Parts: sequence; C-alpha cells; structure tokens
Amino acid sequence: MKLALALRELHRSERGLAVKLDAVAARHQGDHAIRHVATDLTGWSRNHVDEIATVGRHYGLHLRWRPHVAALSAPLQQRLSELVGRRQEPALVLLADLRRVYQLAAGVSVDWELLAQGAQAAKDERLLQLSQRCHPETLRQMRWANAMLKELAPQTLTS
Amino acid sequence: MTDRIAEPWGARTPYGRGERWPERVDSYLVDGVTPESVDHWVQSAAVLHSNGDGLDIAVTDGRMVGVRGRAIDRVNHGRLDTKDLFGWQANASPDRLTEPLVREDGELVPADWDTAMDRFVERSKSLLSEHGPGSIGFYTSGQLFLEEYYTLAMIARAGIGTNHLDGNTRLCTATAGEALKESFGCDGQPGSYTDVDHADVIASFGHNVAETQPVLWMRMLDRLAGPNPPAIVCVDPRPTPVARHATVHLAPLPGTNVALMNALLYEIIRNDWVDHEYIASHAVGFDELSARVGDYPPERAASICDVAADDIRHAARLLGTADALLSTVLQGFYQSHQATAAAVQVNNLHIVRGMLGRPGCGVLQMNGQPTAQNTRECGADGDLPGFRNWANDSHVAELAKLWNVEMGQIPHYGPPTHAMQMFRYAEQGSLQMLWVSATNPAVSLPELARARSILGQDRLFLVVQDIFRTETAELADVVLPAAAWGEKTGTFTNADRTVHLSEKAVDPPGTARPDLEIFLDYARRMDFRDKDGRPLPPWDDAESAFDAWTKCSAGRPCDYTGLSHDKLRDHSGIQWPCNAEHPDGTERLYAGGRFSAQPDYCESYGKDLVTGAPLEPTEYRAMNPDGKAVIKAAEYLPPHEPPSPAMPFVLNTGRTLYHLHTRTKTGRAPQLRDAAPEVWVELAKADASRLGVHEGDLVEVRTPRGAVTAAARITGIRNGVVFIPFHYGYWDLASADGHHRAANELTITDWDPVSKQPLFKTAAAQVMLVRPGSGAAPAPTTTASAPISSGVPDTVGGPAATAVELRLHGAT
Repeated sequence: MKLALALRELHRSERGLAVKLDAVAARHQGDHAIRHVATDLTGWSRNHVDEIATVGRHYGLHLRWRPHVAALSAPLQQRLSELVGRRQEPALVLLADLRRVYQLAAGVSVDWELLAQGAQAAKDERLLQLSQRCHPETLRQMRWANAMLKELAPQTLTS
Repeated sequence: MTDRIAEPWGARTPYGRGERWPERVDSYLVDGVTPESVDHWVQSAAVLHSNGDGLDIAVTDGRMVGVRGRAIDRVNHGRLDTKDLFGWQANASPDRLTEPLVREDGELVPADWDTAMDRFVERSKSLLSEHGPGSIGFYTSGQLFLEEYYTLAMIARAGIGTNHLDGNTRLCTATAGEALKESFGCDGQPGSYTDVDHADVIASFGHNVAETQPVLWMRMLDRLAGPNPPAIVCVDPRPTPVARHATVHLAPLPGTNVALMNALLYEIIRNDWVDHEYIASHAVGFDELSARVGDYPPERAASICDVAADDIRHAARLLGTADALLSTVLQGFYQSHQATAAAVQVNNLHIVRGMLGRPGCGVLQMNGQPTAQNTRECGADGDLPGFRNWANDSHVAELAKLWNVEMGQIPHYGPPTHAMQMFRYAEQGSLQMLWVSATNPAVSLPELARARSILGQDRLFLVVQDIFRTETAELADVVLPAAAWGEKTGTFTNADRTVHLSEKAVDPPGTARPDLEIFLDYARRMDFRDKDGRPLPPWDDAESAFDAWTKCSAGRPCDYTGLSHDKLRDHSGIQWPCNAEHPDGTERLYAGGRFSAQPDYCESYGKDLVTGAPLEPTEYRAMNPDGKAVIKAAEYLPPHEPPSPAMPFVLNTGRTLYHLHTRTKTGRAPQLRDAAPEVWVELAKADASRLGVHEGDLVEVRTPRGAVTAAARITGIRNGVVFIPFHYGYWDLASADGHHRAANELTITDWDPVSKQPLFKTAAAQVMLVRPGSGAAPAPTTTASAPISSGVPDTVGGPAATAVELRLHGAT
C-alpha cells in the first residue's frame, strides 16, 4: 500500500502552501484584502497539516504535528512592505505571489485527489473523509488566488 | 407642539395589527412664518437618511423657510425625522461654496468655471492618452440623485472607459446589496415598510432603527403602543431604544455575528420550525446549511459571542414561531467582521421559514443614505446599470447597444473596482486622478492618517465637488461648488424601493451648479461620442436623463418604465418595479417564491462567503439552474484584530440620531448642532469603574493607528466595548490639533472580502483616563447614548426646536 506515501507528500505540499500564504500575508501589508484573507487561508492549510499528521500515525508515519509553518522572513517582509507601500513594483510582486499560490494550491489539490482515489480503491473511509473535509477548502484557496489575479492584473499590467 | 430635540419620535398614534398607520403631519417653519404666509410648497423627500419620507419645502421670497411632511406619502404618512425638520437650514449657511477653487502655489484660490473645468479636462485628456483609462477614478456618493448617478455611470464606463467608479455607498450599503445578490441572485429590497403593519415579530440585526430611520421607528413604536403589539428581537451591543423595547436583547461581542446567526438557525432547524415545502419548491442549498449550523449549538455560540445560551434559544423561538416575521439589518452587521456572511444568514432565516413576499413577511436589508439605492441601481457603485451582470457578456452587450458604444469600451474583464482598492491604486500611484462628488473621504474612510496621506499626494489630481469646503476639499486641486437638495430637480429611491421626485425650490448660491450640469459639462468638454458621433450622454437635463434611465431599466428587476417625473409629481412615492404590468408599483418582491436568480437574468453568480472569489457562470448554472433562492452557509472566523491584554476593548463606531455623516449639513443647523455638539466616548459601567473613569471625565482611546480624546459617557453598553460616534471631523475646529477627534483615526483598514465594505465595528483599542471632567459628556440623553447615572441634564431643544405635530383630531 502506498497510501502512506501519498499522505507524506500531501503533508509536504500542504505545509508549503501554508508557508507561502503566510509569507504573502506578511509581504503585502498595504494590500489589505490580500493580507487578511491570506491570513485566514493560512489557517485552513495549518489545520489540514495537523489533520494529516494526526491521521498519519495510523499509517506508521511520524509527521510533524503543528510544524513551523510561519514564513521565517515574515517580520522582515512586513517592514519592507511598509517601506515600499507607495511604489508600484510591489503590485507586480503581488501578481507573481498570487500566481505561485495558485500553482501550489493546484499541486495540493491534485495530491488530495490522488489520496481520495487511493482511499476509495482501498475502501479506507478514514482517508476518504479526510479528503472530503479538506479538499474543498484547497479548491477555494485556488479560486481565491485566481480571482485576485483576475481583479488586480488589469491595473498592474497597464499602469 | 413638541420639542423634537427632547422627543425625537414625537407623540404616539397607536394602531393595531393589519390596520392602517394613522397620519400625523409634522412641520417646522421659521419664526414669523405661518402656513398661510408661505408663498409656495415644493414637493420633495427627506435626504438626511435612507427612509425616503415625503415632505414639502416651504418657500417665501425665494428662500426656504421650513418643511412639512406629506400626509399622503406611503412612507411617512406625514411624519418627519428631527434632522429633516431642522437640517434644511444648512442650505442657507454663509459658508456655502459659491465659486470654483483651483490650487495655485499650494493655496486654493477662486476661479471661474471655465478655468476650473478646463484645468480638469486638460488633465483628464493627457492622462487618458498617456496612461489609459485605468489612471482615472470616480468616487461618488449616496447623496446625489438618480439622474446624476446614471449620467456619471455612462461617463465613467462608456466615456472614459474606466473600471474605477464607486460610491461612498461602499461604506454603508455594499453589504445589503451583496447579501441580496448572494441569496436572491439580484439586488432589490424584498420587503416593504408596510410589513411593520402586519408583522407579529420584528427582528433588528445590528440596526438601531430608532436613530438611523426615526420615522420607521415611529411606525414600530405606534404598533408597540397599539393592540396586539409585535415582539421585538434586537441584536446590538449598545442599549439602543430598540433594545429597550425588545422582548429579547442579544448583545454579542462585536465580530461574532456569524456564530450567533448560525446558533439561531441551529435552533430553528433542530426544532423543525422550517417550511419544507417552500424550501423544496423555491430554494437550493438547505442541506449544506443544515450541516454547517450543526456545528453551532447555542452553548458554543454563547461562548464565542458572550451571550446567554438561553437568550439565544428564546430569540430563536420567537423567530421560529412567528407567523409574520419582519427582519431588518444594518451597520452592526454590514460594517462588522464577516459582514456578508452574517447578513446572508438573515436571508436564510426567511427562506427556511418561507417568509418572503407576503404582508408582514419581509427582509429589509437597509441602507444608511437617502439615495444609496440609486447608486446601486444606476451602476455607480461597482455594478453595471440596471442590475446587469458584468460577468454575463449578453448583459454587457445589451448595455453597449443601448448606449450605442462598442462592447469593448465598457470594462467588464473583472469586477468593477471597489473604493478601497481605488484608494490603494492611488496610494501606489497607478490611479492619478480622482473625482470625488458629494462625499468626504478625509473623515469617513477608515484609518484617516493613511487616507489623508493618499488624498494629499502631489501626484494625485484630486477634484472635489461639494456644497461646503469639507476636509477633503481642503486637499483638492480643483473644487467645484454644487447645488444642494432643494436647489435642483431629480429623483431618488429609498430603502424600500419607493421613488420620489425632489423639485427645485430655490436657486443655488453664487455660481454653484447642479451636479448633473457639472457632469454633463465635463462630458461635453471631453467630447465623448457614441458610435455614430452623437454626444454622450445624449440627454441634457434631469427629465431627459430620467427618461433615458427608464429605458435602461426596462425588463430588469428595477423596472422604472411606468414612471416619469410627471407621474411622480402627481403621486407621493411609488415603489419599483413600476411598469405596464404594475402601473402603481410593487409592494413586495418575490411573492410566490419567484426570484430574479435565473442564470441568464441574475445580477451576480455569487461569491465564496469567506474568500470573496466569484463563482464561475458554469458553477452557478449547475448549482441553480432554475433560478431559485440560494441558501448559503458560512463558518465563523475570528476577527482579524481581536482584543488583547494591551488592547482589551473592541472599538465600535456609529452615529447618533441628530447627525448625518460628517455633519456637513447637520452641524450647520443650530438645533441639531447643539443637541450633540462634540464627540464623546461610551463606556460600560464596569469597565469605567475599573479604569477609574466617571461621567464626563476626559479619556483617550488608542489603537495602533491613532488616538482620540473625548469626554466619557457611562452607558448600558455591553462590557468590553467602547463606542465613538463617527460624525466629528475638523471643519468646525480652529485647528486639527494633531487629529484627535475623528473616530476614523482609530479604525482598521480591513474589509469584508465579499461586499468589500470596510469594517468600522471591529478593532482592538485601549482606553485611559486623561483627567477628571467638570460636567457631563456632550452626548444626547435621548438615544443609545443615554447615561446610566442620574444628574446628567436632559437633552432638550427649547423653543427653537418646537415643531407642530398635526393629527386627525387636532394639533398637539
């Protein structure tokens, strides 16, 4: 059974998404819609990481529960974002960041998909329920990044 | 005769359930003028709140000399709010703007109209050619007329072709519109004020109706004084007049509305106070709601919201067993954390109970400003005119055809830019010109230090169109003097879809011009043209603008095709939709469970209630192919700036009965000015004792963004909440003196991801005693700011504030 492998990969990718969202929230202090919603969405990924770690024990995994998911550079990023708040360059950085969030969330989404497929084949209710609980939130994270890109890109790319 | 400062709601005219609300004609005329000596009465309606009370303006020798309620008006049956009785006097204030101003060497100096307009037009043209339409933005109001918004919408969207047009309605009513779009696919108030006559339970969610719509509260008070009075459910952290009359008063911690609403719905579903037949025929999404609210038993909500679980059950029983439930919602929900998610739960309550479109069964998602509804309808607030869907190409094509412009000229590649994002673009420098009409963002936006720094930038060309030299005008490059209400003709629509005509009564001062004229002058100087080279907009006055609007509204939910200036002149308030099928207007929307939510017709496909991401058209079509009501569930999320040991209070801002907005008008009417002359801070008794603060002591309220110093009023507000009225800026002070007066010095920049409405009710604050006071705080004693200690002098107006209240059986 390679379900443990899928879980381990999911733990890694979900943690990566949490760190990225946290960094985006810190880096774009002046873009309040980004800052506050990214913080809320970091919470979703953190919960997912915890749930994966908890379930992982049943599959012989010792995944870190409550790992460090805050971006290490957050305080520096915050300070920087205040200093460049009046400039246009951060708008371009924001597009790049949202693009990365979208890609990472898409990766996590595929990982949930894989887990769910495997869980169905193995008739593993526990993993299937885990996926059904968490995967919709990953899709919402993806849609958010896409929607913000769509909203912000016209101004950034034409100014 | 009544002192209407001391008794804002006047005398009672009790009536019973299902009866007609009796008439009471309120009037106020200046000293020495009698009804017989008035030259003529000019038809209008109230503009100092959203209630739309019909009134006539008394004119003698070309001057306004008073006002009188219109007995035949469907909204007020003759009554007037205290603000309307006295506020009109501001029109004749000696400090009105009477000529344009332009900035020369850092100073605003008088100029003629050609100089001011040419400077402005020249800048517009050079920005358009060098940086494109995205460099120009418009920030308008909830105070202009329908004709003016529609004109502005055409200028911005078809003339300039910018996506950046929004109103200050973003601050007051965006969540109302958004909540209606989420639940019913389209904006449009479901209920009617006449629902007050029929309801057996009235629930007010974050809505201090007594102070925001005093005439609507008079109607409720008259029901309460009559036989079979309704039960009142009140959700508000303050001891409002509504709370004092409530059967159940829930005072949740600000920012926890979703948890509370979910618990109320939990009880309603658990007790099966649910209209399953209605849901099966007319709604989608019930199962998701049922599952979601399953996580919110009253005990859990009680611990989140800090209210008693039994009170939640009691309120749920009233809501769940009402046979005609009327709900009203306002800023306590709209300007609080998870605004749309919370307001949508009120809609859900009515959908699951099948209580829509029948007498007494209404939702009133309110707004604060007199013409905010028109900002929404006409597309001046981040939607397309006529409740058209920017994400539906056929709607955009329809509009392009109507306007005779290329479809590509109307930006629809993304949602229209909301105000807070426009200010962000200005902060970053990509938005370089902002035209502000009839609003005062330098006092009304959150986090004022930031707002001032954005508006005051040299690189931002700021045009301000107003009737007074506001705090925002002081930062402008060009100031345009506008005619006020009563000095121009136009129409506007209140919070229950009632359309009124407001006629010109007197001339504007100096060279001030109606806003419509200014917009059209700009369009002509910019030489906007349609595909066939005809001038855009093609109209030239208020009546032709209105007629053009009726065509734009044809077939849409806000259908005005049955209305004209003449018809409105013959009546006193008609509710849209008004068309051939409904020539007398329509009292309630959604009768028989018929909604405007069909995928091809709806105004919006809806959004994610947490992230705000719009649904794709295909997703919406799959979810709601038949255009039913949409029940949307939401999880509770903690506020973004919760109280902490260093900042233990939750800051709440709001208004008082005697003022509107930044007091540009009400602060210039002596009776209103004196009733609430200066800012104050409300504290609960337990909190005040702990801080050693007594009534009238000077306190400082501080947040990470600034500090406000004011006298403390000790009230029955819930513990842990500090309230400051937001009306007080700096125009009537000799100097701004470090900016320690406006409540928005303290507020956080954060907005609801769905409606984009800024949050003014959830920020963490600390409170400190500065020094003992020498008397009571300057807060009214008649309202939610009533003191709990004795010895505070009553708020009275005296002889200058005496108004006539004429009832059928004689004057009182």
